[in-house]
Amino acid sequence: MSNKTDSNVYTVLFAIGMVVVVGALLAFVASSLRPKIDENKRIEKQQNILYAMGVNENDESSAVFVADNVVGEEFKKYITKQLVITEGTNAVEDEQAYLIDIKKEQSNAKEGIERRLPLFVGEKDGNTFYVAPIRGKGLWDAVWAYVAMDNNMVVQGAYFDHKGETAGLGANIKERFFMDDFIGEHLKDASGNFAGIAISKSNGDPLNEEKTDNEVDAIAGATITGDGVAAMIKSELKLYVPYFKTLNN
Amino acid sequence: MGLLSKKDAKLILDPLADDNPITIQVLGICSALAITAQLKASIVMTISVIFVLGLGNVVISLIRNIIPSKIRIIVQLTVVAALVIIVDQVLKAFSYQLSKELGAFIGLIITNCIIMGRFEAFALGNGPWKSFLDGVGNALGYGIILIIVGFFRELLGSGTLLGFKVLGDPIAKTGLYATGYENNGFMLLAPMALIVVGIIIWVQRSRNKALIEDH
Repeated sequence: MSNKTDSNVYTVLFAIGMVVVVGALLAFVASSLRPKIDENKRIEKQQNILYAMGVNENDESSAVFVADNVVGEEFKKYITKQLVITEGTNAVEDEQAYLIDIKKEQSNAKEGIERRLPLFVGEKDGNTFYVAPIRGKGLWDAVWAYVAMDNNMVVQGAYFDHKGETAGLGANIKERFFMDDFIGEHLKDASGNFAGIAISKSNGDPLNEEKTDNEVDAIAGATITGDGVAAMIKSELKLYVPYFKTLNN
Repeated sequence: MGLLSKKDAKLILDPLADDNPITIQVLGICSALAITAQLKASIVMTISVIFVLGLGNVVISLIRNIIPSKIRIIVQLTVVAALVIIVDQVLKAFSYQLSKELGAFIGLIITNCIIMGRFEAFALGNGPWKSFLDGVGNALGYGIILIIVGFFRELLGSGTLLGFKVLGDPIAKTGLYATGYENNGFMLLAPMALIVVGIIIWVQRSRNKALIEDH
């Protein structure tokens, strides 16, 4: 290294120059790609909601969404109402409900601001589905899900996803063998109280034939992710219980 | 190897075996543990590291004469971080599904010590073309080990390869499972990655005694 690059003035100037150049470059990349990324997120959200209510292109073993280019139309076709629920039972229709950021609502609730609960009502083959978006914590980072229920809070389908769970272990919550276990599973116990669905390591029911036990089989090596999923289902879907009660009156 | 001189070819080929970053230089072990439970994740990580290390080596090599030596590590870190963020953003915009699957790994690249190691040991003292070859070579050498470890961990731990059930269905008891075979769940845990890497190191050194270090 020459003497020139060793001087303090040069070092400081270089650092400032580098920050400006790199900062400008990243800001440019981020802002020019922003619209495209937002569009991708909207498509994904609509695909997830449709997936949970059974509108998907699943083959034998893998989870496949409806194609990106038709998801907008399919969403309009199957989702008949988008509701925003406040004060437990007060449901208002809102075309933009799918844009509600669950994470933001959760932190609002912590600060005492009333939480808005989005709920998507879909019709398929004469059945009505109520799809709730929920969010919780896994081992490393956030986990979230879209759960489709009937009016008795029996799960009709679910889509799970995560930000950074371990590949091959916790990340398997988005695999069919895990998600499909939830289909038909009851969220209420035998006496009709909300119980949630536990992720159990000891239920002795790997094929999940018992649908009323409020349990599904856990993933080996993913205890904390599984506990996080169970806690999310319990605390988040519980918020919808008052609304579901009004449906059956 | 008509395109490359003998010396240049050595830059690519040496890290594949006799100067492998994982088994000989013992760098990048952390990510070799973290992401090799599945073969697919290993392959994806390999491709990402080839890109970041190849390009990063070129960038560092181009500015090697104007980097103040006092803050060279910070400059290197900034270059890796910027490249990784660009890769992440471009993937999010143009290949959203892929970017979701890579999510955690892309960020992990920043902390991969092979990258800083090659910047410091090679790119700071060599021209861009040589640095590029060195970067690609080392990333490939890293990737080979990742893929070997990923192959065995997924096969023995989950009975699948790239998600396909190659050994039969463990729940319906078909294929190999009909004979009483069981997946070894231990293979999915991080310690087994270390043991598999250890076995590779053992095999490699017993085939080539020159690699055994003196004590």
